[in-house]
Amino acid sequence: MADIAHVPAPAVRHFRSASTESPAVRGMLITIAVAFLLSFLVLPLAIVFFEAFREGFGAFIEGITEKDALAAIKLTIIVAAISVPANLIFGLAASWAIAKFEFRGKSLLITLIDLPFSVSPVTSGLIYVLLFGAQGFFGPFLQAHDIQIIFAVPGIVLATIFVTFPFIARELIPIMQEQGTQDEEAALSLGATGWQTFRRITLPNVKWALLYGVLLCNARAMGEFGAVSVVSGKIRGKTNTMPLQVEILYNEYMQTAAFALAALLALLALVTLLIKSVLEWRYADEIAAARR
Amino acid sequence: MPTKSPPPDAEADTMNVINEIVAESLVTDGGQVGVTIENVVKTFQDTPALHGVSLEVGAGELLALLGPSGSGKTTLLRILAGLDAPTEGRVLFGSGDALNLDMRQRNVGFVFQNYALFRHMTVFNNIAFGLKVRPGSRRPSRADIRKRVMNLLDLVQLSGLEKRFPGQLSGGQRQRVALARALAIEPRVLLLDEPFGALDAKVRRELRRWLREIHDRTGHTTIFVTHDQEEAMELADRVVVMSQGRIEQVGTADEVYDAPASPFVFSFIGESSALPVTVREGRVLLGDRALELGVASAADGPAMLHFRPHDATIGKPGEDAIDGVVTSVRRHGSMRRLELSIGGNGTHVEIDAKPDFPVRPGGVVAFMPTRWHLFPANGHS
Repeated sequence: MADIAHVPAPAVRHFRSASTESPAVRGMLITIAVAFLLSFLVLPLAIVFFEAFREGFGAFIEGITEKDALAAIKLTIIVAAISVPANLIFGLAASWAIAKFEFRGKSLLITLIDLPFSVSPVTSGLIYVLLFGAQGFFGPFLQAHDIQIIFAVPGIVLATIFVTFPFIARELIPIMQEQGTQDEEAALSLGATGWQTFRRITLPNVKWALLYGVLLCNARAMGEFGAVSVVSGKIRGKTNTMPLQVEILYNEYMQTAAFALAALLALLALVTLLIKSVLEWRYADEIAAARR
Repeated sequence: MPTKSPPPDAEADTMNVINEIVAESLVTDGGQVGVTIENVVKTFQDTPALHGVSLEVGAGELLALLGPSGSGKTTLLRILAGLDAPTEGRVLFGSGDALNLDMRQRNVGFVFQNYALFRHMTVFNNIAFGLKVRPGSRRPSRADIRKRVMNLLDLVQLSGLEKRFPGQLSGGQRQRVALARALAIEPRVLLLDEPFGALDAKVRRELRRWLREIHDRTGHTTIFVTHDQEEAMELADRVVVMSQGRIEQVGTADEVYDAPASPFVFSFIGESSALPVTVREGRVLLGDRALELGVASAADGPAMLHFRPHDATIGKPGEDAIDGVVTSVRRHGSMRRLELSIGGNGTHVEIDAKPDFPVRPGGVVAFMPTRWHLFPANGHS
């Protein structure tokens, strides 16, 4: 009897499905991922908040309500409020064109959309200086008409739009391509106008990708440093966005004020993530239905 | 007569609903129109897809466009819908030129192969879509839209599922939603692209019967595309057999099956075998032997003798019969299907034998086609 009892068990006990790693490997992978996240993301973020509140909540409030800080916050919001809608319209138009039509130069357009991802933000900023600066291509014309672009809000907005160009289009193109044109054809065959088709069919079909793109675009628009720092001129209270203001304060050893603003920026990123997660949780059914 | 016994008879209710829908569509669009297709040519970037196709579709007819992939059947359907424009030719709905109307104005109900249901809308909103997007003056009231959608849901037997999303339905149910959505706009013509293509065999057969019933009740001029001959023959009043951008034959199921107009139709519809023969002075010669097939009306010269496996009688090897060496024996439904090698030059034919017929591979079997068609060997396809 004892012999029989020994025989069949090992084969069964050692069976693992082909896609399952051993517990040791699993534990190792999870440890690496968690350790990486903790040391490179959570820890720095925690330090930002720790530094911001090191001298108490009052100092933090003081830091973000200081005159130049408030101006920086206001400017950042204005820049985002212009560049996000601009890229929303551009992103929709570009992804619509790419996904729904065949035309010459389509792959070139796709490549161009990606350009801001591959170009260094500093270069992006310099492009605008070379175009609109006093010695630039349009410089004499702009000076003659007393239009200030570089070292002013328009330049910052332009640089931000350039840098955040791909975010919305990149989110929309794959999903629109995957969905094809059949839903639109169906809507048209049912008598809908082009605008009705866009509003009732195309837009709802991509709304989650669009929202995600807008959130990413907004986060980047508010956080952009390199390109903006080139075109802004860093005039305190006038052309400093939040990231620029943080740098200036930090360089002047105003730790608490610098980290207070930095914490505000970080908070913004966290809120963006939170909104996205809440929406995904709240509309999980609808998102799942839309993907089937 | 519907009985007045409480509770109301469900059957009678359904009939009332259906009559209402029929009456409504008759009132709103003055009945169905026929479709006239005149010499339609379609070329995609130098690749011809349709070579001058002409076709008359009667009002209220249920017509199948049947052909293999690449035959141009879907292209023709899309031209009728206004999804594509023909390179040349005319399309009339009734007596009016349809090509002057864009897709919106054409008022065609189109059921897409993959249904193209709006994923983010409930079944109710999918069906109501065509009514909701109408301009104010022609848009029914909310209550009327609701009533009409509910009637249609009844018609397609999906009552109670109006709040579901398409992702929560089975393939067959999605199909029916797609049909209800197309019917909701009171179309002048109903077009279906491979309506059962994405369904499994059992559901397909059920829906086929059901679509025929719906057609008989609502009387829409209906054109559907299919590559499944069984589907076309069972469902349609007339079948249009297409190949390589041309119409090969238009006829009832019996006509295309029993009197095929071309070798293509013969081989595409049903099962068939073909033997190369020679016609000389009205006699059909296989090699140098004359076959007892009576007088053939074909012109002298090489020809192909087509026949169906079940249209052959098996006899003893002899003078007038065709003998072949059995190369394989398979069970085929109630019969046994023999594959024979004829004349040793690579020609194979298939014939049916009774299951108790004594046969084994390597044996010799003689047969004569009882029904057959002769086409000149140089005919196209």
